[in-house]
Amino acid sequence: MSEVREDRRYARSHEWARELDDGTVEVGISDHAQHALGDLVYVELPEVGRELKAGEACAVVESVKAASDVYAPLAGQVVAVNTQLAGAPELVNQQPYGGGWLLRLKPAAPLAAADLLSAGDYAAVAAE
Amino acid sequence: MSLPLREQLVFEYSQPGRGASGQWPAAEPAAPAVPEALRRRSRPALPEASELDVVRHYTRLSQLNFSIDTHFYPLGSCTMKYNPKACHAAAMLPEFLGRHPLAPASLGQGFLACLHELQQMLGAVTGMAAVSLAPMAGAHGEFAGVAMIRAYHRARGDAARNEIIVPEAAHGTNPATASMCGCVAREIPVGADGDVDIAALKAAVGPKTAGIMLTNPSTLGVFERRIGEVATIVHEAGGLLYYDGANLNAILGKVRPGDMGFDVIHLNLHKTFATPHGGGGPGAGAVGVGERLRPFLPVPLVGRDATGYRWLDQRDLPQSIGRLTGFAGNAGVLLRAYVYLRMLGAEGLRRVAEYATLNANYLLRRLEQAGFEAAYPGRRASHEFILTLKGLAHGRGVTAMDVAKRLLDLGFHAPTTYFPLLVPECLLIEPTETESRETLDAFVGAMSAILKEAAEDPELLKRAPHHMPVRRLDDVRAARELDLAWKPAAA
Amino acid sequence: MLDAIGVDSIEALFDEIPSTLRSTIEGVPPGLGELEVMRLMQARARQDGRPLCFLGAGAYEHHIPAAVWSVISRGEFYSAYTPYQAEASQGTLQSIYEYQSMMTALTGMQVSNASLYDGATAVAEACLMAVRAHRRSRAAHVLLPRSVHPHYRAVARTTAGNQGLVFEERAALDGGCTTPAALAAVAGPDVTAVVIQQPNFLGHLEDVDALTDWAHERGALVIAVVNPTALAVLKPPGEWGAKGADIVVGDGQPLGCPLSSGGPYFGFMSTRLELVRQMPGRIVGRTVDLDGRSGFTLTLQAREQHIRRGKATSNICTNQGLLMMAGTLYLALMGATGLERVARACMARTAELVTALGALPGVRPAFAAPRFHEAVLQFDRPVAPVLEALAARGIVGGYDLADHYPELGHALLVCATEMRSAADIAAYAGALGEILRGARAA
Repeated sequence: MSEVREDRRYARSHEWARELDDGTVEVGISDHAQHALGDLVYVELPEVGRELKAGEACAVVESVKAASDVYAPLAGQVVAVNTQLAGAPELVNQQPYGGGWLLRLKPAAPLAAADLLSAGDYAAVAAE
Repeated sequence: MSLPLREQLVFEYSQPGRGASGQWPAAEPAAPAVPEALRRRSRPALPEASELDVVRHYTRLSQLNFSIDTHFYPLGSCTMKYNPKACHAAAMLPEFLGRHPLAPASLGQGFLACLHELQQMLGAVTGMAAVSLAPMAGAHGEFAGVAMIRAYHRARGDAARNEIIVPEAAHGTNPATASMCGCVAREIPVGADGDVDIAALKAAVGPKTAGIMLTNPSTLGVFERRIGEVATIVHEAGGLLYYDGANLNAILGKVRPGDMGFDVIHLNLHKTFATPHGGGGPGAGAVGVGERLRPFLPVPLVGRDATGYRWLDQRDLPQSIGRLTGFAGNAGVLLRAYVYLRMLGAEGLRRVAEYATLNANYLLRRLEQAGFEAAYPGRRASHEFILTLKGLAHGRGVTAMDVAKRLLDLGFHAPTTYFPLLVPECLLIEPTETESRETLDAFVGAMSAILKEAAEDPELLKRAPHHMPVRRLDDVRAARELDLAWKPAAA
Repeated sequence: MLDAIGVDSIEALFDEIPSTLRSTIEGVPPGLGELEVMRLMQARARQDGRPLCFLGAGAYEHHIPAAVWSVISRGEFYSAYTPYQAEASQGTLQSIYEYQSMMTALTGMQVSNASLYDGATAVAEACLMAVRAHRRSRAAHVLLPRSVHPHYRAVARTTAGNQGLVFEERAALDGGCTTPAALAAVAGPDVTAVVIQQPNFLGHLEDVDALTDWAHERGALVIAVVNPTALAVLKPPGEWGAKGADIVVGDGQPLGCPLSSGGPYFGFMSTRLELVRQMPGRIVGRTVDLDGRSGFTLTLQAREQHIRRGKATSNICTNQGLLMMAGTLYLALMGATGLERVARACMARTAELVTALGALPGVRPAFAAPRFHEAVLQFDRPVAPVLEALAARGIVGGYDLADHYPELGHALLVCATEMRSAADIAAYAGALGEILRGARAA
């Protein structure tokens, strides 16, 4: 049974987004997603400074069996990427909601206004 | 097969100064000097080994391989039939081997005659008006096919057509090819019976449809029964039909793609026409077209006029999609396919689909009787069929991969696993026409033994293979800690 | 067997196929036994004979040690499939790893793939790769100068044209070579990649350091197209300029692949480690098995067509496996010393050929620039009839440059490898002399 954390919101495409204290939004992939992919071997992250539209493919997570696009849950500018993943892509598998975060955005509009699912609604999607 | 051997890297045979000196031309002290700034300063780290060491090394490596010459290889969609040695011997005749690709046609009439006749024969058996032998692999032929469809629409002033419809069961090269041609792949579902969903197809076609890519029999191993209707729907919407020839072995001599309504096809000569797989290549992906697409064929092709055979190039086909290869394609492979066709002849070709289909249906029935589950039990097998092992997976946690690995221990190469993606825990099995009944029965015996092991000792299967030169390999480590080349130790 | 299936005849197995579609085979003659087919093929081969070859232009006649084809014709290599089941394919996989190692050593780069179809398609794939890999350039604008093989340029256009790449081919030749000034004259403001062939199509040696540095200063990636034999004596692309080339490709035909009317050959590609995930084609990696023992497997497959499907780096599925093996065995047998001997012998023979032919009235070398094993000779009359007359005497004299390089006038590209003896060269010079003097064939 995969974990779904209450403290963040989710896209149907299995990304999560949560607001940080400094107003930026952190983005990662769910426990369900990392489990489906299997052991990650590589993560390709966008350049800091890049402007993203909601739903735009912004990263790639690669396992031995798949290389999946990660889509921006909301629009914004990339202010940070998780440089730890270059040497340790397995962090995404081990801590999908913590140390395995992918990137942080300065959002174009508040996270609360974004068209995303609550934890409960996402849990239903993941169970399908 | 020989006992599994451990074999070091060829570099580990090196001794300074050693080499197969009998192969080296004499030193040339008077050769022009390379300008200083362009000169190589340090010798490349290539092996320094004797000829015997090199021969022994690669011979021992060969003994670590499965191959058609040593093992039954029922890989679905790969058509692992016997590669006749005569094809190899004929293609390696010194005159063919020594001929330069750009030598004048006057010094190549024998070779060009073989290629021209091959073009004609491939066109005849597939019902297509013209053939180009240039593409060097199936995927390359696919590229040519989709590029020709695009060129056709552009020539008609209809550049908006950029959608290629692809059934969701299609081989991965199909959507990849669509992208390479600047098109968008539009996937449509396949019904529970294995046929394309006609309602979904009707909804998907329109003014943006460039064409549809189909394999028939499909990648699910069943004949697309409503192909006539599919052709009508796509043609009426203004699109063209592309045939992926991967499964031609099932219908050679029974049905021709041209008659089914296909406008362009590619053939995998290394599948249907018995040219060698070579551990990954070379292949050849000849393309055939109906009259509509003839002007767009990739060059060069072989033409014939009163003076003899010659190469046709862009001057002869000004609307050609262009050149796809450095020279004329994999000529040596083409000669092998030519010899195969000449040896089989019309009656031999007729037997190909018959025996391929007979073997597949026989194997399917025997495996069903042994307790395996067909993915499409209501359908005839074509030249291949799919088993689903999801029952085993749920019951015992034994996957299709585990069964595949255990088959290696029992002396059989595994069937294709996990393709098509639509069927969970599947094995796609294609015996081909060149296998005897005894071999098929032995395979059934091995599969039955594995079924028993799945019930009694599933761990054995999950950790298989046990008797191969290596056990299961750590793929994750291979991709995370990249070791892609040997490097000499730092001095 | 029919009983087991439960049908009366083989025909019944085809009952799902609509009868309106059924056909029979026409257009294929009756089958021949092996004796008859070999008789046919030997007659066809004899028809073509074995002319003396002085033609290069991308395919070169070299001595291939007998061990190469003897070993790779073994059924275990010849009839093996792609090594997807690694445990059953360690022979193939280890050979590929060794091949990759040898190619990185030869080219001075860090990683190599398991081969592509040929040199021309490798150039096309390199251009696509450069566009993918170049993070900052948006133009997809590639400089492809006239010094690059015309067939390679054509294939690049055909292959990559549909994906929005724009090729600039007009950079003029200067003394048979490409200069930074010539590139600058045609370059747009945003150049994604520059293709540099060494030796170039006309056989001359380019100033690769100057060209590489010029490209890097413009923010472009450098794609090197090289002859593998020449790399025995020439600075490898990994050492070009200050930073080295970014992607290296070429045709491996000179390494153990017979001329065979144009194929099969193999294309090679190597690159820097940072670009490995953008590289198309198969790649083999070394890893360990469940018992901790070293073994080999296909890796980085997530980029390939069977997984990434519509977003794959390429649609490429096959590599030229058997030919790549020929290259591997050739390099293992020849080693660095043998390869260097071949390279120098080719340079020596070509120099002798140019001297012998250039001594004839009406024939002179076009350029003075240093060359590898090919040269452009200019004639005082059209080359095509001369080549026909030579062919009638069993000599393939060279490649007529009229179609692709009209600016060179009546020009012929000639080549002499280690296969051509002094007697061969004298025979060519003698025949050519007679033809030019208008002498009738004997």
